Amino acid sequence: MKQFLTLTGAIAALMSSRAAIAEYGLNMTKGVSTISGDIYSLHMMVFWVCFVIGVVVFGAMFYSIIAHRKSKGVKAAHFHDSTTVEFIWTGIPILILIAMAIPASKVLIDIEVLDKADMTVKVTGHQWKWQYDYPEEGIGFMSNLAQSSRDAINLDDKPENYLLEVDKRLVLPVDTKVRFLITANDVIHAWWVPAFAVKQDANPGFINDAWVEVTEEGTYRGQCAELCGKDHGFMPIVVDVVSKEAFAAWVAEQQAEKAAAAASATKTWSEDELVANGEAIYNANCSGCHQKDGSGILGAFPAMTGSTIANGPASDHLDIVINGKGGMPAFKMLGDADLASVITYERRAFGNNGTVVQPSDVTSAR
Amino acid sequence: MSTISAVAAHDDHHGPEKGLLRWVKTTNHKDIGTLYLWFAFSMLLLGGAFAMGIRAELLHPGLQLMDPQFFNQLTTMHGLIMVFGAIMPAFVGLANWLIPMMVGAPDMALPRLNNWSFWVLPFAGAILLSTFFMEGGAPAFGWTFYAPLSTTFAPDSTDFFIFAIHLLGFSSIMGAINIIATVLNMKAPEMRLMDMPLFVWTWLITSFLLIGAMPVLAGAVTMMLTDRNFGTAFFDATGGGDPVMFQHIFWFFGHPEVYIMILPAFGVISHILPTFARKPLFGYASMVYATASIAFLSYIVWAHHMFLTGMPVAGELYFMYATMLIAVPTGVKVFNWVATIWKGSMTFETPMLWALSFVILFTIGGFSGLMLGIVPADIQYHDTYFVVAHFHYVLVTGALWGIIAAVFYWLPKWTGKMYNETLGKVHFWWAMISVNVVFFPQHFLGLAGMPRRIPDYSLQFADFNYISSIGGFAFGLSFVLFAYIVVDCIRNGKPADSRPWYSAKGLEWTLSSPAPYHSFNTPPTRAEILEESQHS
Repeated sequence: MKQFLTLTGAIAALMSSRAAIAEYGLNMTKGVSTISGDIYSLHMMVFWVCFVIGVVVFGAMFYSIIAHRKSKGVKAAHFHDSTTVEFIWTGIPILILIAMAIPASKVLIDIEVLDKADMTVKVTGHQWKWQYDYPEEGIGFMSNLAQSSRDAINLDDKPENYLLEVDKRLVLPVDTKVRFLITANDVIHAWWVPAFAVKQDANPGFINDAWVEVTEEGTYRGQCAELCGKDHGFMPIVVDVVSKEAFAAWVAEQQAEKAAAAASATKTWSEDELVANGEAIYNANCSGCHQKDGSGILGAFPAMTGSTIANGPASDHLDIVINGKGGMPAFKMLGDADLASVITYERRAFGNNGTVVQPSDVTSAR
Repeated sequence: MSTISAVAAHDDHHGPEKGLLRWVKTTNHKDIGTLYLWFAFSMLLLGGAFAMGIRAELLHPGLQLMDPQFFNQLTTMHGLIMVFGAIMPAFVGLANWLIPMMVGAPDMALPRLNNWSFWVLPFAGAILLSTFFMEGGAPAFGWTFYAPLSTTFAPDSTDFFIFAIHLLGFSSIMGAINIIATVLNMKAPEMRLMDMPLFVWTWLITSFLLIGAMPVLAGAVTMMLTDRNFGTAFFDATGGGDPVMFQHIFWFFGHPEVYIMILPAFGVISHILPTFARKPLFGYASMVYATASIAFLSYIVWAHHMFLTGMPVAGELYFMYATMLIAVPTGVKVFNWVATIWKGSMTFETPMLWALSFVILFTIGGFSGLMLGIVPADIQYHDTYFVVAHFHYVLVTGALWGIIAAVFYWLPKWTGKMYNETLGKVHFWWAMISVNVVFFPQHFLGLAGMPRRIPDYSLQFADFNYISSIGGFAFGLSFVLFAYIVVDCIRNGKPADSRPWYSAKGLEWTLSSPAPYHSFNTPPTRAEILEESQHS
């Protein structure tokens, strides 16, 4: 009775999910890069080999289970050894494995050997966000989980790309060999976009490389694939692959924004401006640990409210945010104006009574 | 005549002590085996409860029950408790109960060491579990505890975790030494190595894996300890160390470890299939050689867990070929099992059902293992639910299935009573169906791109997670029935014959049921050994 209930429950659940199966597929993506299709084919080839072996082995088992049972009055045979048979079923698997190893090695060598890339993107994993730098173009930015996803965690009504949307996307040109230099700032992360068939560990203190040549324009989504602490599940990757012209325009726009930001770092900001800008930066970068209301998590992440650092000398506060300490990562990759804003926010919000910090203070503290 | 009565008097003199202290002070292999098995079962329920928490949080997208940090604590402790608290102690418990009886020995070779290696466990387990109540919570870095998440970025309770791992390793090494000493020194003088039953063979080989692998784990956690507390930088690049070195050391332990958990199960299955097929085990010698080959290969494939750490191509190629090679001896074992039942005269009592489903479900786990070994494809599989599905097929429907099959098979010998066959079958079908509902959809989740160890997921993964969670609750509940069947057998079971499976072979069946407190006071003769051998 019980197994019957379990079975009917499972079947009912399967039936109710039919639509989703049709919509999302059950299998690995073929992807959109020059290597992802090869990997997909390899995966299918190995799958079918396993499938056929499974049909033969399980077929023999089930035949035996049905035919060779005592209730049918079958008398047991008594054979128990055959060197010939043992040789055959040692030899055949070896041949099958060699047949699988040859294409696997070819694809692997294709993936790992890159002669010359057209451009480079440096990817740095942080707890819990990604940093993208284009060294040749001189631009860079952080990419955080989008606020729309963050806000929807406890809502029934989730946005379409729940947990797969960011505040600023990586942009790449189509039909271009892009080399990724992948590293991390704190713990090990892994940068993974399934459609590119690129997944590479980001090790702190070491640089790994990977490459991709995307053949179709579009938006592609991925996630961090290596457990990296509390918000491992909340650091997605979104890549817009655009035409070469659109990419060039985007780069020019980013460079102009960077120049404007550098200019704003030299002016003196009002406290209101700093707090308003700082709140957005805090929510994106700091609230994961120290919490949105500044309450922290006892024993793991200190509270902002009443913190001796937020209420003490600004120099200590600047030091810990810029350089990090223990589990607290360094945030030196943020701009001077942004750092001044977030530090001021921490010192003035949450009932704290610290001093205001100006971008020029950050410049001199670096 | 006088020797026989002297032996009998000797036996009376050394019966079990009265009261609870019997279990504290015991040096008897059966008492210690029983302690191990009940300890393992209680840890299985606890680790299962953690899994229920994980599946409950994953039932729907969003965070309903716990914050992500606690979710990570649950996944970490689920893995650690299941590996070190449930599966490994359960197999040591089986070894304690069965090996002396199977080799014609009175007891284990080192009985006081045996007592000690058990009694370390509850304390290690208690230390590990106490971290839940510490400031900052339990370890939350996964059972593989990769540095630097487990060093610089870990809660203070990590030092207690390190101490617990040291104790658990200590217990395992002592257990392994005892098994090697028992098998090689205590087996009946007339028993040759190639007469030994396969459970004894697989455990002998497993013991060497334990002795080789556990000290490496101890080394890894000791380096963590000094990195955390004494200013070393083994795994910290800023001090000249390398976080990837941690993974090399961990998996040099970790890969033999997975065979530590499966080889004794291979042994169990090789006893059960011949009994219920009424036919000798096919290819006894090749089974022994295959087990030894798997054990050897397990030491030289560790980096297939690390294909994405930035390994050079030559390294990736080598570890891919070596990994694929494991399929050969494993395949030989599966083919031998199929040949064992082929043209047999099968009946399907509960242990046989578990054994047959082991062969099928473990093989499915083997297929996904082969797929994971193909480096380019592993780029897409690595750290996804495909991996979670793979290792639950080999560890739950592999290792755990072997343990449950063994419990049903030898329970009449241990308790002297027969379990309820109808309930046994109901439990089997319940567990067998629900376990597939839990883990089979996880293959699809992984291929569709769901990373492992995440407390919340995007909407395209919602349906399969829902199915998997429902299956998980049903599977978890099946262990309540399992507990009932075992307790019911002990209390109300009908008396069992000394050979309750009349087609079973093995020296343990020549003893009365329940087995006497001391197994063999006089070693079995050559004729008896050959009569009870698996391959005659």
